[in-house]
Amino acid sequence: MALSIAYLAVIAALASAVFALGTNFRRNVITRTLPFLLLGASGVAAVAAGGWALLDNLKLTQQLALGLPWMHWHLRLDALSGFFFAVVGLLLTAVSFYGPAYVREFESSKQPLSVLGLFTGLFAAGMLLVLLADDAFAFMVAWELMSVSSYFLVTYQHQNAPNRRAGFLYLLMAHVGALAILLGFGVLAGFGGNFTFDAMRAATLAPLWASIAFALAFFGFGMKAGLVPVHAWLPEAHPVAPSHISALMSGVMLKVAIYGFIRVTYDLVGHIQWQWGLAVLVVGTTSALLGVLYTLMQSDLKRLLAYSSVENIGIIFMGLGLSMIFLGTNHPVLGVIGLIAALYHVLNHAVFKGLLFLGAGAVLYRTHERDLEHMGGLIHRMPVTAALFLVGCVSISALPPFNGFVSEWLTFQAALQTPKLESGVLRAILPIAAALLALTGALAAAAFVKVYGVAFLGKARDRRAAHAREVPAGMLIGMGMLAVLCLVLGVLPTTVIDIIDAVPRLLIGQAPPSLTAHGWLWLTPVSADVASYSAPLVLAAIAITFFIGRLLLRRNANPVRRSAPWDCGFGPLNARMQYTAAAFAQPIRRVFGGVWKVQEQVEVTRASAPATLVSGVRHQLHISDWSWLKLYEPIGRLVLTGARHIGHLHSGHIRTYLMYSFATLLLLLWIVT
Amino acid sequence: MNLASLSLYHQALLVAAALVLFTSFMMLATARIRPLIFAFAWQGALLAIVTALVALVSDHPHLYISALLTLGLKALLIPWMLHRLSARLNILHEVEPIRNPSMMLVAGALLVIFSYYVATPIVHLSTLVTRNTIAVSMAVILLGMLLMVSRSKAVAQVVGFMSIENGLFFAAVVSTYGMPMIVELGIAFDVLVAMVLFGVFFFQIRASIDSLDVDRMNRLSEKNE
Amino acid sequence: MNLAPDPVMAWTLALIQTLLFIAAAPLLAGWVKRIKCHMQNRAAPSLFQPYRDLVKLFRKDVVLAENASWLFRAAPYVVFGAFILAASVVPLVAAHLPTAAIADVIVLVGFFALARFFLALAGMDIGTAFGGMGSSREMTIASLAEPAMLMAVFTLAMIASTTNLSVVIEHNLHAGLVLRPSLLFALLALAMVAVAESGRIPVDNPATHLELTMVHEAMILEYSARHLALIEWASQIKLMIYTVLIANIFWPWGIAEAFTPAALSWGVVAITAKLALLAMLLVVWETVMAKMRLFRVPQFLGFAFLLALLGMLTHVILETGT
Repeated sequence: MALSIAYLAVIAALASAVFALGTNFRRNVITRTLPFLLLGASGVAAVAAGGWALLDNLKLTQQLALGLPWMHWHLRLDALSGFFFAVVGLLLTAVSFYGPAYVREFESSKQPLSVLGLFTGLFAAGMLLVLLADDAFAFMVAWELMSVSSYFLVTYQHQNAPNRRAGFLYLLMAHVGALAILLGFGVLAGFGGNFTFDAMRAATLAPLWASIAFALAFFGFGMKAGLVPVHAWLPEAHPVAPSHISALMSGVMLKVAIYGFIRVTYDLVGHIQWQWGLAVLVVGTTSALLGVLYTLMQSDLKRLLAYSSVENIGIIFMGLGLSMIFLGTNHPVLGVIGLIAALYHVLNHAVFKGLLFLGAGAVLYRTHERDLEHMGGLIHRMPVTAALFLVGCVSISALPPFNGFVSEWLTFQAALQTPKLESGVLRAILPIAAALLALTGALAAAAFVKVYGVAFLGKARDRRAAHAREVPAGMLIGMGMLAVLCLVLGVLPTTVIDIIDAVPRLLIGQAPPSLTAHGWLWLTPVSADVASYSAPLVLAAIAITFFIGRLLLRRNANPVRRSAPWDCGFGPLNARMQYTAAAFAQPIRRVFGGVWKVQEQVEVTRASAPATLVSGVRHQLHISDWSWLKLYEPIGRLVLTGARHIGHLHSGHIRTYLMYSFATLLLLLWIVT
Repeated sequence: MNLASLSLYHQALLVAAALVLFTSFMMLATARIRPLIFAFAWQGALLAIVTALVALVSDHPHLYISALLTLGLKALLIPWMLHRLSARLNILHEVEPIRNPSMMLVAGALLVIFSYYVATPIVHLSTLVTRNTIAVSMAVILLGMLLMVSRSKAVAQVVGFMSIENGLFFAAVVSTYGMPMIVELGIAFDVLVAMVLFGVFFFQIRASIDSLDVDRMNRLSEKNE
Repeated sequence: MNLAPDPVMAWTLALIQTLLFIAAAPLLAGWVKRIKCHMQNRAAPSLFQPYRDLVKLFRKDVVLAENASWLFRAAPYVVFGAFILAASVVPLVAAHLPTAAIADVIVLVGFFALARFFLALAGMDIGTAFGGMGSSREMTIASLAEPAMLMAVFTLAMIASTTNLSVVIEHNLHAGLVLRPSLLFALLALAMVAVAESGRIPVDNPATHLELTMVHEAMILEYSARHLALIEWASQIKLMIYTVLIANIFWPWGIAEAFTPAALSWGVVAITAKLALLAMLLVVWETVMAKMRLFRVPQFLGFAFLLALLGMLTHVILETGT
């Protein structure tokens, strides 16, 4: 039954794609909203199917008569795919509320709106099919569907050359990753006999080949998820897509890559070696730290959010790495804690990053601005959007009592179990990784103070920001849904973990008994004496002090007076005198200097008389990614040089080509005899 | 191993060993010559305390003499000679900016973890009470070498060299309860003679290339004549 | 949960301890000011002057900037609420109170982060250069202090195998006189982080209003009346939380483990003595050191991180193992 609901979700997504073509023929309310309605139905069905699979710890398989005649598609819905199904469904539902109002912006543009709707539906269907696939063939077909349809979405506004370049880079890296994944499946299939996941699970691999399969899967899925250094496509592709697509890509597509990684490593390869976990932890920590440092330096709002996704994917992989280290050294209960921390962060990131991208889309919708330096004061013009965006910023900065804090706390608690390891070297390295996670969290909070402070607070820096209005109700409902989820996931962690723990039971064979042992009020990962956190009590305490404070202090008080801000006697302040985004991040830029490639130029124009009077200053700051210069450009040059050399084969002389045919014929004749 | 079950002197030994490691890091972090020499002097003094405590805990009285020797030579005489030399060369208050202090910190931490990794099999085999500090002594040696590699002023290089010798002495004390007396006396005397020779050479180098920056010593090669 | 035999009494005691904490914070600030003045040969204000200042501020009328938003008005309450929660979690007089189980040390750091986030946003709300400068500097210093703080917390957690503050204090109390190099390094690191986070010299000058030297004061420049009173009180509570943490974790003797009147009064005497001594150490430190320029603070905090890292490494290498 749950499997039928899952099929319903896929079919609804495909139907949404087909009905989106209706806008080519007639433009009325029905053709505009029907695709999103179907998308929302798909989302709800996905949540239902996924939730059912999680709560009942189901394991349903079916073979469909699709695909090649001798290799039918196998499909499977179990706790792991159910969890990710629910995550995808949640975001699809939120986007379906947000979408109808948002895409009206594209109605007057040159590209047909139907293309957007068509590929959105195909994208959703592709992601859902990846989660259902139970053999390598179905997996790769669905993966390609997902990649190619998202390419068309990224290049939707293809009039700009940068958009086309971003799309090309995205497609190229998606396919390099897919090739690595395919090779990984090839190794597993070689040992398993055929391409079904059941055969791969049953096969036993030699340790060297297991490591090779793991490395290929890590590279391929890591490239799709956006780990440093193979992340270069993420900050290019996510900003240029329409905002609700960016929300889907950042919130959900990256998670599908993580699903693939967990499926291959924990389920198909099986016996995890701790060295793999150490590699995953190191790469995850690097991604998190570099991701957040690049986030801080951006002034394009969507590019900033894209780099922040790199950071959060790094944090998820840190949790997975910790879990793999504990599993590889024979501590399954601690491995479960790490896995739950990673899965919780998957859910949290999908929710708050989706919220942030939708908020960025709302700002873009009204002000047509992506640059932080042109925004300001939006809290007065767009109050509801500002409040919801604040919830997103507080959640992503990992502050109690919202959801980001719970997953980070669980990751720290997993890292704190290091004394139980035997290897002293690991016991020394894991706390260093945890300290770097703390640094990452604090820098992320700084980045989002910058974002919210420059975009929403202060005074408007631009005419369009000064005249913005609130967005339509549909967009607010979509964002509000995610904001409420942020609070609920933060305040009821024990309930959420009770639901999620079907996944470790499936993959590792153990559930963490102690996490929720003391009831719904207390979260206790290892035992009550080791650590405990009560999110509902924290929320209650903050709310009580808030209300008591206002009650006590506002009795008998005179009404509030308004006056001009402090200006040191210089006279009226204008919007140019406030801190810009680049100014806010400047101390951090100086402290962490070598991480970025910084090109800074200051031009001072002086008045003609007196010559000491400065009439204008022009400041240009360009921050670029070292990995682009040190890794991608050399590889690109290498490929082009190699292609040039091979191109010498095309000499243009007919006799040379006849020589090639002649030599090949001689060779074949010799081989045959 | 439960720390609380050890005697107070043994715990003090561990504290002193940790502080020796701390002085190694301090030497890596200072950019000026005078605090560098002071850090080196403190390392010598702490090393003398460690040796005395090992003598107390393990009941090897000849280590008291080693401790006194270390105190006199490494904590008092050699730092005094270095101080006097730097004053005469007028480089006592020079500042050599460290190019990348955070990289130094990271490299130092990695070296400590690496020496722990290398020392683990030795620690498992050893039966001495001081076996846990073997990793610390190796770390002091490696950090001294890092100091020599990362600095370009000649005096800093000498301090690095002496710090390596400190580490070797520390390793000898905690892994085999010291070396035969004659060997120790010989090494101590060699170090003293090396110090005197350094003094003479510094004046010569400065006369030749007009600076004490070892990176500029390539001026002495033939093609630069 | 480690509840006393009578949960009602335990929760009442926890509430009383929290109120005592909040009420005593201005007293600590007054004591620090008094000793500082004596040390610098100045005439000292009364010990209770901070109370008078708070009452004066609460009575005044609120004056807001023209473009202050609802966030600006709500931030002081959020900050104060976060600090009350933090104060309830830290054991002041008695260990094993039920509130200590609501949050462990990492959640405590999270509470500070929450307060700092909203204060930094409030600094950016009015749209003046002062506020932006204060917020920017505060977030930079805080992000550099976090790894040092967490590494020190990790060392403590590895020694006591818990992050619950009551259990850590109980472990240190029952361990007797043990010389641990890792605790020594962790103590030094925590002290440096405490100086940086509570905005004392050499990181920030709590008495300055010169724009080039302000960090905390710049963020709250536009606040007045009851809002300013709440924020001032909150920073006094912050200083007290850090000193109580350092006093009770590293020198836990005197803290009450049972809820008898004798143990509790002995606990009050003990914590008063420890706070008075630590305050004197702080004053000596502040008088001897000069304020550093902003771009030397990373070196200061890097040194704190080095100390915490050495603490963790010496714990792994020297104190555990075969």
